[in-house]
Amino acid sequence: MADVISLSAVAAGQSAILRDYPKAGVAFLRLREMGLLPGTRLKLVRTAPMGDPLEIEVRGYRLTLRRSEADAIQVELTAS
Amino acid sequence: MISPAPRVATVGAPTARTPPVYALVGNPNCGKSTLFNALTGLKQKVGNYPGVTVEKKIGTAYSQHGQPLTVVDLPGAYSLAARSPDEAVTRDVLLGRRLDTAAPDRILCIVDATNLERNLYLVHQILDLGRPVILVLNMMDLAAKAGIRIRVDLLEKELGIPVVPCEAAHGKGLVELKVAMSRNDLPLSRHSWSIPAPIAPAVSELQASLVESDRKGPLSARAEALLLLTDQDTVRVAGSTQLSERTLSILHTWQKRWQTQGTDWAASLVGSRYDAIGRLCVEVVGTGAKNLSAVNSSDRIDGVVTHPFWGWLVLGGVMAALFLSIFTLAEYPMNWIDDRVAGLADWVKDVMPQGDLRDLIADGAIAGVGGVIIFLPQILILFFFIGLLESTGYMARAAFIMDRLMNKVGLNGKSFIPLLSSYACAIPGIMATRTIEDPKDRLVTILVAPLMSCSARLPVYLLMIAALVPGEQVPLLTKVGLMLGMYALGTFGAFGFAWLFKRTLFKGQPPLMIMELPPYRLPRIRDVLQQMLERGGLFLKRAGTIILGISIVLWFLSTYPKSPEGTTAQEQMTHSFAGRAGHFIEPAIKPLGFDWQIGIGLIASFAAREVFVSTMSVVFNAQGESDETTPLRQALLAARWPDGTPLFTPLTCISLMVFYVFAMQCISTIAIVKRETNSWRWPLFQLAYMTGTAWVVSFLVFQGGRALGF
Repeated sequence: MADVISLSAVAAGQSAILRDYPKAGVAFLRLREMGLLPGTRLKLVRTAPMGDPLEIEVRGYRLTLRRSEADAIQVELTAS
Repeated sequence: MISPAPRVATVGAPTARTPPVYALVGNPNCGKSTLFNALTGLKQKVGNYPGVTVEKKIGTAYSQHGQPLTVVDLPGAYSLAARSPDEAVTRDVLLGRRLDTAAPDRILCIVDATNLERNLYLVHQILDLGRPVILVLNMMDLAAKAGIRIRVDLLEKELGIPVVPCEAAHGKGLVELKVAMSRNDLPLSRHSWSIPAPIAPAVSELQASLVESDRKGPLSARAEALLLLTDQDTVRVAGSTQLSERTLSILHTWQKRWQTQGTDWAASLVGSRYDAIGRLCVEVVGTGAKNLSAVNSSDRIDGVVTHPFWGWLVLGGVMAALFLSIFTLAEYPMNWIDDRVAGLADWVKDVMPQGDLRDLIADGAIAGVGGVIIFLPQILILFFFIGLLESTGYMARAAFIMDRLMNKVGLNGKSFIPLLSSYACAIPGIMATRTIEDPKDRLVTILVAPLMSCSARLPVYLLMIAALVPGEQVPLLTKVGLMLGMYALGTFGAFGFAWLFKRTLFKGQPPLMIMELPPYRLPRIRDVLQQMLERGGLFLKRAGTIILGISIVLWFLSTYPKSPEGTTAQEQMTHSFAGRAGHFIEPAIKPLGFDWQIGIGLIASFAAREVFVSTMSVVFNAQGESDETTPLRQALLAARWPDGTPLFTPLTCISLMVFYVFAMQCISTIAIVKRETNSWRWPLFQLAYMTGTAWVVSFLVFQGGRALGF
């Protein structure tokens, strides 16, 4: 199994598969409902000019989230 | 799980008397407003849900045979597990929890065909409600361009409901949609999905309790039971009914049990829905050769717009264009309105017999109404720009690049546009805070927005700068420097207070920045204009009466008691209640360098800041025939304290400017804050903290300046 890193450590342009996800918190429930679930493929598109928030591509659309949430989300890098 | 046999709806069947009521629901950015406008045209009623500031829009569409169909446009939502007051209203209307709005007979679900998977999540929740649903696949042209092929017939078969492909922006598919909407025999959905095994018993128990204790229908009770399990931090809004104790206690018992077992109930429910949606999408969405040019052009724009250097330049350019158009374009209609209002007041004075009633109408009511509508051009232009930025998708990018800065004071990127708009006028800024989901963030943004120096402060600044600098012509650099100083002070104050409020009054979770970045789309000017007119009308309706009332009170205060015949306007003013009040407050404002005459200006301009200038010309300039042509500036420079020292020293001028930076001298803002927060508490708090700050800072400036020898 490839290395699991936090979503905020993914470089722009890299693709990954979501592995582990915090259970509690309204932020994570909403992210789940926006289609970000364990096993979901995603791509880190870019970070905002000042480094936060992040823009990701998931299920064919673009979503932003802050580093504070991305830190807690574990992903596994995949070949783009 | 076995699929239930297709049933024909009886609940939603329209009778001959009452037209069927459709609720229009969908994700944000899926073209819902465009469809609503296309369906109902101008036959719309815009209002508010009582108790919350969420827009309520109801329109009437007509079928091909002229049968009326009522359509309620519900706020855009990603999920029925609400995160914002907007989403909470959508949830509560659909679940029949609102007393002011009956649960709709049927539901019109609109989805963005280019983004089917995520859009179907809300649809999936709605299918559970046990009401007839029509699914509208919008933006089929864009989906085709992006190489997404949706097998509509298969989707229709799988869900068991009518599915109508459509291009709302071009009016395509509307006929087919209206045909489907006027059907008497809309089927209920056949779609079924498996509730995860550990959760199923809880769903049945909650469903039973909802049927017995909350008097819900069995199907909507099941939907509500499922929803309760994912609605972790329930947003409650005024005007919605609460659930029974029994249901809530069952819910808490189960949640506790799962917590000790380590069952992630919410996640497994969301997961099961996405599993079902995923299987559906594999079947119905064709995986043809993908043409990604549409995605790529959006990406290329984003490469510039969110670039570490060009991004700021674009943002600066957009904002400069916005302000330039407000200050240049709005001037003509504002002058026109000003002339018309003055003309009307003169006309009334001509035709009516002299007396108090004439003065009340001409100087009180007409001037008061004029004071409201004079703001309209600026407000409409701002609403137009905000609508344009929203519908193109740029608004989300502005929030994206500004988020980091806003985060430093505890707000998120979505507060940026409302605060920025407030440089022109706080009213549209405050009305634009509706896009902020978190109620605390929204309130903080509303509270600090009027600190951004609005255009009504400009005349006061300009007058004070003219009085401050010796010589006929004010050097440009001094003027610009002082202006920038005042704008910086206001901005600094707004962010400072936001920081303070977020740490004291509104402590809570740091705001989230979970936001969709929709693809760039060409705006539909008709929709933008319609929205602009709606919001303008809403402003007039909401603020108009309060502003009119206070204007009349202020007119009364500066007119009564009447001084004897033949006195000048200046003598009348000093003799009036306002003049006496000026004397009365002099001890309080003397430490700021202001005398009672400036006090009259402060009181009179409580209605609107720019009134200060006209009041000053009455107070200082109306001393006789010969002085009538004296510029106000000369009159101010000639003004003296009783001991003969000049009144308008440079220090007093600066102190007065600083006072206007912070003071809440605008009844329109007070009125709109009252409406938006639904109570007098916040506008009064705002009035108190802003005026208090104005006093303290002016005091520090004046006394500090004196101590330094100015």
